[in-house]
Amino acid sequence: MKAIINLSRRDFIQKSTILTSGLLLGFYLPKKGLAISSATTFAPNAFLRIDRTGTVTFMLNKAEMGQGVYTSLPMIIAEELECNWQDIKVEHAPVDPAYDHTMYGPIMVTGGSTSVRSEWERLRKAGAAARMMLIGAAAKKWQAMPGECTASGGEVSHSKTGRKIAYGDLVEEAAAQEAPEDIVLKPSSEFKLIGKEMARLDVPEKVDGTALFGIDITLPGMFTAVVARPPVLGGKVKTFDDTAAKKIPGVHTVVAIDRGVAVVADGFWSASLGRDSLDIDWDNGILANLDSDKQAEEYAKMAEKPGLPAADRGDIETALQQAEKTLEAAYELPYLAHAPMEPLNCVADVRSDGCDLYTGSQFQTVDRNNAAAAAGLPPEQVKLHNTYLGGGFGRRAVIDSHHIVEATQISKAVGAPVKVIWTREDDIQGGYYRPRTYTKVIGGLDDDNNLIALKQVIVGQSIAKGTPFEEAMIHDGVDHTSVEGASDSVYAIPNFRVEYHMAPAGVPVLWWRAVGHTFNAYVKECFIDEMAKMAGKDPYQFRRTLLKNNPRELAVLDLAATKANWSSPSPKGQGRGIAFHTSFGSHVAMVAEISINQRARVKVEKVVCAIDCGQTVNPDTIVAQMESGIVFGLSAGFYQEITFRNGRVQQDNFDSYDLLRMSEMPKVEVHIVDSTEPPGGVGEPGVPPICPAVANAIMSITGRSLRHQPFRQEDIAA
Amino acid sequence: MITLNVNGKDYSVDATPDEPLLWVIREKLGLTGTKFGCGQSLCGVCTVLVDDEAVRSCVTDVGDVAGSKIVTIEGVPDDHPVKQAWVDDQVPQCGYCHPGQIIGAVSLLKENPKPTDADIDSAMDGIVCRCGTYARIRRAIHHASADGTAGGKS
Ligand code: FES
Ligand code: FES
Repeated sequence: MKAIINLSRRDFIQKSTILTSGLLLGFYLPKKGLAISSATTFAPNAFLRIDRTGTVTFMLNKAEMGQGVYTSLPMIIAEELECNWQDIKVEHAPVDPAYDHTMYGPIMVTGGSTSVRSEWERLRKAGAAARMMLIGAAAKKWQAMPGECTASGGEVSHSKTGRKIAYGDLVEEAAAQEAPEDIVLKPSSEFKLIGKEMARLDVPEKVDGTALFGIDITLPGMFTAVVARPPVLGGKVKTFDDTAAKKIPGVHTVVAIDRGVAVVADGFWSASLGRDSLDIDWDNGILANLDSDKQAEEYAKMAEKPGLPAADRGDIETALQQAEKTLEAAYELPYLAHAPMEPLNCVADVRSDGCDLYTGSQFQTVDRNNAAAAAGLPPEQVKLHNTYLGGGFGRRAVIDSHHIVEATQISKAVGAPVKVIWTREDDIQGGYYRPRTYTKVIGGLDDDNNLIALKQVIVGQSIAKGTPFEEAMIHDGVDHTSVEGASDSVYAIPNFRVEYHMAPAGVPVLWWRAVGHTFNAYVKECFIDEMAKMAGKDPYQFRRTLLKNNPRELAVLDLAATKANWSSPSPKGQGRGIAFHTSFGSHVAMVAEISINQRARVKVEKVVCAIDCGQTVNPDTIVAQMESGIVFGLSAGFYQEITFRNGRVQQDNFDSYDLLRMSEMPKVEVHIVDSTEPPGGVGEPGVPPICPAVANAIMSITGRSLRHQPFRQEDIAA
Repeated sequence: MITLNVNGKDYSVDATPDEPLLWVIREKLGLTGTKFGCGQSLCGVCTVLVDDEAVRSCVTDVGDVAGSKIVTIEGVPDDHPVKQAWVDDQVPQCGYCHPGQIIGAVSLLKENPKPTDADIDSAMDGIVCRCGTYARIRRAIHHASADGTAGGKS
């Protein structure tokens, strides 16, 4: 999502300037929007509500999908507010401009590993402003100077007289305070919560089984629907016969919607039996003959032609001609499904005067607006109630909100609340994949075996093309998510060029955890090892030279190598591989230790991970996200691909689209660099380095490169 | 009408015998802790105990378990060492797979109060976690096992 970051960085800076210059943003004004105080509640801004019991309600504007924002974001606000941690209660915020993303423009969105990064300043200021108002209220009550009062542990105290008053007892007076113009933030040396390991607030519910996900929501009079969608993506219904389906006990009705035919029933099982009994004649559309092998050939052909420049430094063609040695390679990475553990679902209740949606959404404003259009209602009359997400990974930030629109259309058609449930097969075969890519790389070494030239030609579909995000994310024909992690590489290579070919649209594609960094980091980091091998150099030392101008990056690489004892020989029968990548504002290096058994099966024994994500908020969440990113990456590297024959997706459930299991889980060691730099992301940056680290470890044993994902047995076996 | 005993309570439900236990539990008994992940016995997130044995409720016909003792995540006591360890070790991320993981762990410890890593691998391999919490699941099972009381409880 780089382009959006760049574009809206301007917007972000504008807002930040407004903040620091003391002008008030709407969200600080107690009388505006959602921040309405009353005699019993102090609501200094849209994020906070303090009641007479001292309970502090934090309005969470981000999706909790496992990445820990349900805890890390209130930690930030509680730090400045100086309330008791146990007084914090979290509620999901409704759709409102007060909660819009500070970097991505006027929508609520959870993505790009930005939650902590983008809310860091806003939430600190929101908490600090409230603290100052509470101090002001106490001072007024005591006829003291605010400067003589301090706030801590949910109360204000006056040192001179020893008086103390709890926040809950200041609610009314604080609400009458003017919002402060100059907000004083705590220095990081005084942080009590930020940077400490705090237990996740969502864990108890997720352990006792009461946590509610979208799929768990039930409304009175609700039906459950399962939708028959085209067997070829982009197809359409020609005709259908629902006679048999309607005879299934429990089936209420069958309705045609934009994306297929919905069987509406008392429950999932009847709906699903009903769907099996539908007789549908499909128009397969333009992808009817899609074939992955043929597509690979087309991509390879495109890569032979000059693409559009995404990065250009030095004189690549001359440098390659003059190079002492050159190496050319092509890397292929597949389409990938996100496969969140909770299949997509949405409850919609459309009435003539309004609509309620219950779902786990990373894209609240977009989903609300698309539902409003489908319901034929103004957006203000549509309420989206966000729930916990049983995994997101980008799959619940869908530009066309297709599953939300399905539920809305069906509810409108039957005049009752409806829950649409996708099956796992619907999910794996339903499109919106990580784009497949073909990348051609040429590297050149000088006579001292220094890497002096690197050229990369990337072929892949654009996610933004043809969407409202096109203008922000595609510049001069170059799609930024397709080249992120390649064109912005900091490696000191004097002659460097990245080119891009936009592959024809067709298969619906979407941001998949770490997006373009997933394929570009793989190519970059595997090829660096291939070049190091040709240069006869140690891959860690080879990278050190390339990072000589980047001390922060170099420190992360060194930390991983040191903790993994890189300089000592690997245990017998094992190989080591290293990779480094920067994404979403964080630097991550990994060393993977692997073994290969007699049957050429690879086992990842251990991963040592080092991360510099700036100031940490909840360190254990960072560790968890690194563990998570490693498993996510390994699942793709070893098992996952979506392929097409005759337009049909060939995978359909976890047997054909497998993922890493308990017995394959490596030992993971995470080292976090101590830093006071602004926070970076953590949800995605753990994904990109793991596969190249493993591939490089395999190559260290077999001597052979792995230029294809998922890894092929013939590339591993001797 | 089918009679079911779930978490020690008797229910009489209107269901056909070939309906999957998963959907009866979730939709007809309103116990939504048990999750749907694949519907094909491939992911394990729908795991419940039937007469102390971990089974995949998505492929279990409700008619086959009438008269059996069924335990879902809601029926595992909050002070059960497995649930406690899950909180102490901060295991869940998105949390969606964990009802199944916890039931899997409860069943493992009942049979084998001191499982080795290899025992954990073989017992838990069928329950997947897309968020990749396996390292913590393993740690929590060891911690629950060290508590020593998990064997008797379910
Ligand atoms: S839902 Fe039963 S095993 Fe996946
Ligand atoms: S915690 Fe998300 S699937 Fe396991």
